[in-house]
Amino acid sequence: MLEQLSWKVGGQQGEGIESTGEIFSTALNRLGYYLYGYRHFSSRIKGGHTNNKIRVGITKVSAIADDLDILVAFDQETIDVNYQELHQDGIIMADTKFKPVKPANTKAAFYAVPFTEIATELGTSLMKNMVAVGATCAIINLDVSVFLDVVEEIFGRKGEKVVQKNMEAIQQGYNYMKEKMDGQSSVLELPAADGNKRMFMIGNDAIALGALAAGVRLMPAYPITPASEIMEYLIKKLPKVGGTVIQTEDEIAAATMAIGANYGGIRSFTASAGPGLSLMMEAIGLSGMTETPLVVIDTQRGGPSTGLPTKQEQSDLMAMVYGTHGEIPKVVIAPGTAEEGFYDTIEAFNIAEEYQVPVIILSDLQLSLGKHTVDKLDYNKIDIRRGKLVTEGLPEVENKAYFKRYEVTEDGVSPRVIPGVENGIHHVTGVEHDETGKPSESPANRKAQMDKRMRKLNNLHTTFPNPIEKNVKHEEADLLLIGFNSTGGAIEEAMVRLEADGVKVNHARVRLIHPFPTDEMLPLIESAKHVAVVENNATGQLASIIKMNVGYPQKIKSVLKYDGNPFQPHHIVDSSKELI
Amino acid sequence: MATFKEFRNNVKPNWCPGCGDFSVQAAIQRAAANVGLTPENLAVISGIGCSGRISGYINSYGLHGIHGRALPIAQGVKMANKDLTVIASGGDGDGFAIGMGHTIHAMRRNIDLTYIVMDNQIYGLTKGQTSPRSAAGFKTKSTPQGSIEQTLSPMQLAVTTGATFVAQSFSTDLKDLTAIIEAGLNHKGFSLINVFSPCVTYNKVNTYDWFKENLTKLADIEGYDPSSREGAINTLMQHDDLVTGIIYQNKERPSYQQLVNGYSEEPLAHADLKMDEAAFNELLKEFM
Repeated sequence: MLEQLSWKVGGQQGEGIESTGEIFSTALNRLGYYLYGYRHFSSRIKGGHTNNKIRVGITKVSAIADDLDILVAFDQETIDVNYQELHQDGIIMADTKFKPVKPANTKAAFYAVPFTEIATELGTSLMKNMVAVGATCAIINLDVSVFLDVVEEIFGRKGEKVVQKNMEAIQQGYNYMKEKMDGQSSVLELPAADGNKRMFMIGNDAIALGALAAGVRLMPAYPITPASEIMEYLIKKLPKVGGTVIQTEDEIAAATMAIGANYGGIRSFTASAGPGLSLMMEAIGLSGMTETPLVVIDTQRGGPSTGLPTKQEQSDLMAMVYGTHGEIPKVVIAPGTAEEGFYDTIEAFNIAEEYQVPVIILSDLQLSLGKHTVDKLDYNKIDIRRGKLVTEGLPEVENKAYFKRYEVTEDGVSPRVIPGVENGIHHVTGVEHDETGKPSESPANRKAQMDKRMRKLNNLHTTFPNPIEKNVKHEEADLLLIGFNSTGGAIEEAMVRLEADGVKVNHARVRLIHPFPTDEMLPLIESAKHVAVVENNATGQLASIIKMNVGYPQKIKSVLKYDGNPFQPHHIVDSSKELI
Repeated sequence: MATFKEFRNNVKPNWCPGCGDFSVQAAIQRAAANVGLTPENLAVISGIGCSGRISGYINSYGLHGIHGRALPIAQGVKMANKDLTVIASGGDGDGFAIGMGHTIHAMRRNIDLTYIVMDNQIYGLTKGQTSPRSAAGFKTKSTPQGSIEQTLSPMQLAVTTGATFVAQSFSTDLKDLTAIIEAGLNHKGFSLINVFSPCVTYNKVNTYDWFKENLTKLADIEGYDPSSREGAINTLMQHDDLVTGIIYQNKERPSYQQLVNGYSEEPLAHADLKMDEAAFNELLKEFM
């Protein structure tokens, strides 16, 4: 029996590959298995190879597996591109329809299964995916009845007959494969899971849910891969709390409209990817200069320019930290899991209001679109802090004196009054201004306002929850692995293997990218013989940021991957061994 | 009731003596008082340029944003607090060059706010370059041989784009301008008011005298009907856009906020942000 299993379905985009994976994984999640999925797809609607790789475990899984147990193929390309991932006990199930050819150099078992033929006989070839799901159940010894709920949910509105047909397709796929296996039990059998109900969601769902829990009421946004799911979720949910999503004409409008809404007194944010964030940079500067709260989600994808829009990369780091012209206080947070995506999004809104700064939540395609099992999200951890927001009770003003919206204070944060409040009138401008918001070019005022803004974040790294997520077992490590966002799972698995080979490894996952938590990182780097920063980009951007803040330019090395695919544990193990 | 004096503040505008923008400022202050606003319930959101400074010259809440983006900011403010009256304002470069994308979509979207453009057919603050509103052949620092591009017609564009309130005025005509701004403020939906506001320093062609000679008041055209889109377009074409008054108004089309699904009756800015636990747990269940 296995502790975990890796399953992949592949074919041409637009022929239901995604829904096959969706049905398979949703049913398994309901049985209490932990899942971690990653979708390989192209920037087109139909055609092109796509696959959905799903890892199933009886305990938490948080990385894409190195190898593969079962490959379900709807075209030859799926076999040719993916068979090398299969280990020797693996199984290929290929649709007889395309006359599949078994690769010469594989030890994996090969079954041609009439997926399309069985489905067609039942009424429509569309159900070939269901036949494949059933055939998989035969291998992993799973009772097909577990799919009934899921099939009813998906096809229920099309009528009872469609549900029955789909269940029949699953059953026949199961029967066919059982017969082929001729009574032998499979080595790929999965033990029963704990039966606990857990959530199964993509990172973007968790971020959107976090925004909703944080009290967002307006999301102006422009569609883009891989961020659109955030707006799509909120389009359904915001009307229930009186709010709405506005699909704007571009990302400049999205960011500036969010700024206007925050100035108006509500919580508003937007989400995009690299190209959109590039367009938003001037607006982010306005938020910083006018001290208007703003939260922006950047779901990183392959850059530059249009780059690799549907592929994994982590190359927006420098642009997010330094992107806007001039100097502003800004926060960049990098959650590493869907759970963190939820809690960090709430915290981002709190920080944006408490410090009156722009906050960028950095995600990446693997985290945003990968579908993962998520442990319960805790309502009691939802905390709403609005800082020095003033909504009433201001003393009468004389001679139309402006409210000191930009009062120079010890912590740099000034009271923020929203339009509509009596006796709070002031001016807000991106031009350098005095304490009341009136434009001022005086050198003394410039310095006072600049210092006030820049000192707001002096202590953020001490109050931010867990700026570095640490897995530190050794006082003195042979190797410190550092990463951020979705690479954490692969790094953790690499650690286990390196430890098994006698290497003492510590892991530091950076959650607060800017302002950088130097004090926390320094001792970890000092106490390690070797340091490797693992990141999905070509220039080692996080390594550069660490060198700038912490030092040790000779000691800090990079493990980089920028071919569009996520890290798998073996990449990190192999590169680490070369470094030490 | 506030008087127009209550909308004056203590800031001295940095506009050139004789600039048309002074009268626009006065007309906004008068119109605000006439329609019964109080200073704290008015938000003036402006762009960048000489005219963009106006948000700092009116005693009300004001935000001076970035070049070309007054409209999306203003729409965000209005969505956040429907009880506020929102005026967006800026110049012809701000609204019809760098911000044109937003202008068109704000007209389509029809969020209830009033957009006042101070149109001087030139870039003033950057010291005299061509604008999309400059006439063909107009000589500026950036077009020393004369502009070879077609002049943009914001009024024709607005009428064909589906704007629900389209008006034009002349800054010296304080009484008419005030009345038009009042009508814009009272209009339920997006209102665009283009105001000819001469630049006395850099535009030696489109001067006060030039406008006086060339403008026609729609009130003087017998039987002019501002509810007819076709009539509006024909009249604009016949007069080369040089007309003042309410060119087009559609009183039937609901504003964006009236149409948006589930939009709160109470201003969103007054909402309690914390979600209740039962609602939260329902949301979680959807992912199980």
